[in-house]
Amino acid sequence: MPFFYISQKLFRAILTIWGIVTFVFVILRLSGDPVLQILGPDAEADAIELMRHAWGLDIPIWKQYLIYLANLLKGDLGFSYLDGRDAVTILIERLPKTLSLMGATAVFTFMIGIPAGIYAALHRNSFLDRATMSLAVMGLSVPNFFLGILMILLFSVTWRILPSSGSETWKHYTMPVITMATAEAGVFARFTRSAMLEVLNQDYIRMAIAKGVPWHKVVRLHALPNAAIPIVTISGFFVGTLIAGGVITENVFAWPGVGRLLVESVTNRDLAVVQVIILMIATSMVLTNLTIDLTYGWLDPRICDLRSDN
Amino acid sequence: MNMTKNTTLLVTSDDPAPAPLAVNDEKAISRLLHRYPPLVIISIVVLLIIIIMALFATDIAPYEYSKMDLRARLHPPAWLNGGTMSHLLGTDDLGRDVLSRLIFSIQMSLLVAFIGTIFGAILGTAVGFLAAHFGGWVNHLVMVAIDFQAALPFMIIALAVVAFFGNSIVLFIVLMGIYGWERYARITRGLALTARTHGYAVAVNTLGATPLRVYTRHILPNIASALIVNMTLNFPGSVLMETSLSFLGLGVQPPLTSLGNMLGFGRDYLTIAWWISVFPGAVIFITTLSMSLLGDWVRDRLDPTLS
Repeated sequence: MPFFYISQKLFRAILTIWGIVTFVFVILRLSGDPVLQILGPDAEADAIELMRHAWGLDIPIWKQYLIYLANLLKGDLGFSYLDGRDAVTILIERLPKTLSLMGATAVFTFMIGIPAGIYAALHRNSFLDRATMSLAVMGLSVPNFFLGILMILLFSVTWRILPSSGSETWKHYTMPVITMATAEAGVFARFTRSAMLEVLNQDYIRMAIAKGVPWHKVVRLHALPNAAIPIVTISGFFVGTLIAGGVITENVFAWPGVGRLLVESVTNRDLAVVQVIILMIATSMVLTNLTIDLTYGWLDPRICDLRSDN
Repeated sequence: MNMTKNTTLLVTSDDPAPAPLAVNDEKAISRLLHRYPPLVIISIVVLLIIIIMALFATDIAPYEYSKMDLRARLHPPAWLNGGTMSHLLGTDDLGRDVLSRLIFSIQMSLLVAFIGTIFGAILGTAVGFLAAHFGGWVNHLVMVAIDFQAALPFMIIALAVVAFFGNSIVLFIVLMGIYGWERYARITRGLALTARTHGYAVAVNTLGATPLRVYTRHILPNIASALIVNMTLNFPGSVLMETSLSFLGLGVQPPLTSLGNMLGFGRDYLTIAWWISVFPGAVIFITTLSMSLLGDWVRDRLDPTLS
């Protein structure tokens, strides 16, 4: 991979993170005086002045911005308005539960979505192809909060076999994982199918068939590796929907993770915590996209040349 | 039946060339059914019903959506034990008619998604044209903005904005408009860059038309189909975004009602009154499913190589 390609991607990633940091700073300052929001409109003038000074809000805005950047680099991201604890600590406490939920969802998504898509593509227009694709469309159309509520209604309220909240045993994981993986598997099945179909349509596949390569070898050695490239590109999208879907799903099942923390903090306008979560999500998304770009360049070296040229 | 009649009519009207990779040639009929599936007709009918409900909500709804009747709280739907014909889909915790609230919720959810989609399409198309026309740093700025929007799941951006600015219906609709603008911008930019070099655009340009005229009167009609397909594909996403945020209690706020908002509040009564949350959920599901099916079909028809 050319050095230029890597450095260009790295530069873009840093630029995006810087953009997001600035965006957060700007809307934090635009959203009104935080001191007035905390103390209320009838606070005494001295108290307001004192608090502004304590929080460094009485210095010029560009200085505040520089201090803000410096604090970010030091890992100092402010304290929760609610319990006065360090916002980063609060986030780190919640992180393992969210990561384990996302991990389990990812495993199920890949295990169901990709084989289903490959099967559907290899048996194009068959009954099972259509059935799989109909299921996929249904899966990605059903809103995850509705699917979650339906499952709670059936498995927790009516049949009483699965718990509707909590996160300790595999039973607690069952419904949240199904809720999240249904839509994701649908997306993956559809995407894998079209990627496979596109590859199967290429001349080199026709060539391989013509020269007498057995069908299973054509699929395994010629089609699958080439179809893998477009699938890698949607992984970035996958991480994004996993995060967004996690926010909803965690709230449906009272899952003690970051998604629930985010909604609680937004509802209480606990800005320091919201800010930390957004920066964390943004950074992980940018890193994901960077990894994908680099993987992509490694899988298909032509891309580096194409993009470096313009 | 009417439905089959419609399908045959559509089939005879204009049949695109057969797909290049036809595996089962003998199944011509099933292939035709696959290409113009009855599901698409059902989707259109469903969407028409939904749209009519939204347009004539005040005439169709049996009650005012906020009308409370504390003596008729948590009544089940009419066909269940204890239900009455006066409240077909039952009542909620404040004795409000679920059917009426559902109809007004459909109106609100569709309205928010519709205004948002139009706003996003106009914004994105304009930005895309600007990037294509000026190139240089304008183009770079637009591309960075597109990257930025694509780098964060939109729901997170929306939650941040709601956290920082508080919640109002105007802000919420603006947010829904910002959702998805980058896709229009990307499509428009790409298509406009190629369209500019086409004969008709060069000709109009040489005749002395202003760039504004070239883009809006000549290039826009030529790339409109791609934008319309994107709108149909984007619309279910907008509905889902609205309902998701409202479900979390951060979108449409009471006393206004929307499908997500109904579902979110009905969740608290899941054990004793499932109908409050299940009906709006089912409507969201059926609506987005119909729109996805229709959008896919429109896209496949306009570009058969994609399917």
